[in-house]
Amino acid sequence: MDPEVVETAPDSAAADPVEAVVEAVAEPLFAYAPIMPEIVLAVGAMALLMLGVFRSERSAEPIMWLSILLLAIAALLILAQGNETRLLFEGTVIVDPFARLLKLLSLLGSAVAIFMSFDYLREARIMKFELPILIVLATLGMLMMISANDLIALYLGLELQSLSLYVIAAFRRDAIRSSEAGLKYFVLGALSSGMLLYGCSLIYGFTGSTEFIRIAQALESGGANLGLIFGIVFFIAGLAFKVSAVPFHMWTPDVYEGAPTPVTAFFAAAPKVAAMAMFVRAMLTAFPAITAEWQQIIVFISIASMLLGAFAAIAQTNIKRLMAYSSIGHMGFALVGLAAGTAEGAQGVIVYLAIYLVMNLGVFACILAMRRSDGMVEDINELAGLSSNNPLMAFLLAMLMFSLAGIPPLAGFFAKFYVFLAAIQAGLYPLAVIGVLASVVGAYYYLRIIKIMYFDSPAERFDPMPMALKSVLGVSGIIVIFFVAYPAPLVDAAEVAAKSLF
Amino acid sequence: MVAAAFFYLFASVTVAAAFMVIASKNPVHAVLFLILAFVNSAGLFVLLGAEFLAMILIVVYVGAVAVLFLFVVMMLDVDFAELRAGFLRYLPFGGLIGIIMLIELILVLGAWTIAPGVVDVVATPAPTAADVTNTEALGRVLYTKYVYFFEAAGMILLTAMVGAIVLTLRHKEGVKRQDIGEQVARNPETSIEIKQVESGKGI
Amino acid sequence: MNELLLDYLPVVIFIAVSAIIAGALMLAPFLIAVKNPDSEKVSAYECGFAAFDDARMKFDVRFYLVAILFIIFDLEVAFLFPWAVAFKEVGALGFWSVMVFLAVLTIGFIYEWRKGALEWD
Repeated sequence: MDPEVVETAPDSAAADPVEAVVEAVAEPLFAYAPIMPEIVLAVGAMALLMLGVFRSERSAEPIMWLSILLLAIAALLILAQGNETRLLFEGTVIVDPFARLLKLLSLLGSAVAIFMSFDYLREARIMKFELPILIVLATLGMLMMISANDLIALYLGLELQSLSLYVIAAFRRDAIRSSEAGLKYFVLGALSSGMLLYGCSLIYGFTGSTEFIRIAQALESGGANLGLIFGIVFFIAGLAFKVSAVPFHMWTPDVYEGAPTPVTAFFAAAPKVAAMAMFVRAMLTAFPAITAEWQQIIVFISIASMLLGAFAAIAQTNIKRLMAYSSIGHMGFALVGLAAGTAEGAQGVIVYLAIYLVMNLGVFACILAMRRSDGMVEDINELAGLSSNNPLMAFLLAMLMFSLAGIPPLAGFFAKFYVFLAAIQAGLYPLAVIGVLASVVGAYYYLRIIKIMYFDSPAERFDPMPMALKSVLGVSGIIVIFFVAYPAPLVDAAEVAAKSLF
Repeated sequence: MVAAAFFYLFASVTVAAAFMVIASKNPVHAVLFLILAFVNSAGLFVLLGAEFLAMILIVVYVGAVAVLFLFVVMMLDVDFAELRAGFLRYLPFGGLIGIIMLIELILVLGAWTIAPGVVDVVATPAPTAADVTNTEALGRVLYTKYVYFFEAAGMILLTAMVGAIVLTLRHKEGVKRQDIGEQVARNPETSIEIKQVESGKGI
Repeated sequence: MNELLLDYLPVVIFIAVSAIIAGALMLAPFLIAVKNPDSEKVSAYECGFAAFDDARMKFDVRFYLVAILFIIFDLEVAFLFPWAVAFKEVGALGFWSVMVFLAVLTIGFIYEWRKGALEWD
């Protein structure tokens, strides 16, 4: 059975035999065109695996560049697609503007994470060709998650992504912290997958289908009952783990701290975007009939994440742990948009994720540059006096911190603005008020870093920043500072994407 | 009637074995109880008419996964007495969560009503056993209708393979390995060195 | 459904009979045999000399790698059974989807072979 095609295939019988052959080949190609980026990533990852294993270990660096190229090709293929919504494989895979935009963000996050990791890997002597290949495989999983329009497709994409992430968390296998991070992530991730599957099976049992569209149909006619609510609770618990929302956040600080720093930079960016995209699509397209029921749960985990992210980060001295709590808090803010359950809310989530991705990559470029001749440092007090040692880096990092705190007119402010606006339009006033209060508390620890950089007596200089990190930090800083001048492309694209969910 | 009796037999043994997995003092016994639980779950699958899944459960889980668990248990040098010391400490909290979950599940089962109209939306109704065998029914949809899931499963298996090798493979230093290509490529020029030996001297 | 279960009647009878026989054989020695143990009789027998150490030694991590690679190919084969049974009905798409699946795992197999994961040392 061929996948459904929106535009009908050419039906005129070709007289010319050559034309007939071309048509016979072109038709399946045309039918699978919407998932061509996924196919390219899968085939490319396998080709690179073969290349790596037949060349020696010295081929690691070329393969890293080729992986970036592969991700870029996938992104170009997505850009080349039109704006229409296509369903494939009997409706289990959907490619719509929402999927395209978030896939582009995930690909960007993965490619930049690989781009930033060269120097670290060389220094730590873990430059192996498997790392970029596993990142490409994880990205393939992310694209599948974002396009999933069915519970099974969602689960398979999620497992492909998670399995790769477990391995790269433990990639520095001779370091006990890295192994610990990988093991912890694996055990808790398996637990959450179990909860997700249990939820899926309950949802399937009570609605009779795994496809989001059919689930929505069944709920429209039948409404919610207690069993289904339990299914959704377990489903949300599994998804909340993947976006590291409270109360399923406990793995995040340990994994962020233990994993090699470029891997942490990757974890904080692309997988979060993909998991949140999957979360938004699942809630908004499969359960729109019972929004009132799941809204309460989302509101709860959103508030809990914002508060825990704000308060727990205050006591942190390790910058990777601090960024872990920061990302927990930011996921809480993004969930505010989902809690609204409206197109504006979804638009807010997309804008939030895009800006979060850019800010996080910039901050991690700085963290990767925290290196002295005796190795990497991770204590935030090591940033002391950075303003006199490296004024440009200090300035850009300060801008990123202001932006993370949500201070206008930087990009981070607009991110928060759109989600809170959506929450207020949906009548969730307490959620918006608590969110604003949490961001005020959270501002404290971001400002503390700025204070350390500008007002503490200088610590020893860092090694000069490699070119790759400089460029990532520069671009990220420019976007964060000048977003206010030209927000239209992102906001408009997010609006189109959000509309495609409804 | 007989089916119901067998259901209760399999179900109760599964639950009891699952309990023993976490309660038994010896981790090897825990794995053996896990196998018992798997076998009885396979029995439950047979009662449901899912014969293929039952057999796969035996082959994959009992035959392979349980063996893997045994390796893992034997590989780890864990002081199990120390681990068990935490058991009593966590018992009240864990027990509380367990009881809450149990109550919730009972509530769910009490409210077990399938939404009306479910029958209309069931994606692929399973063919009855009289028409086709279980395995064939699976085969009809797995490679055509669900081809996307099938290939995704292939990619997951590939990732698992790469991951296992990346994390655990270490070669011992200084072990001589057979390289058949190198052996075959040898010829007299590369393997024989002719030396003129003067009489009365060694090489 | 009951017809399906009736197919399993011979298996059930077989398991029941073997359980009875095995149980009887295990129970009989307890009832019939003469029991007169002493410390030498019940100690582990290891070719006539005293046991060196505990039998529960640590396993090498390499067993784990072999086992997990085995599981992966076990699953691969499990996926092929329904294909073989339904081969005539799944058509060209079914054939090629399995070929792609096998190609993916063959790539993995080449990778592990070249990496030397199939060698013991």
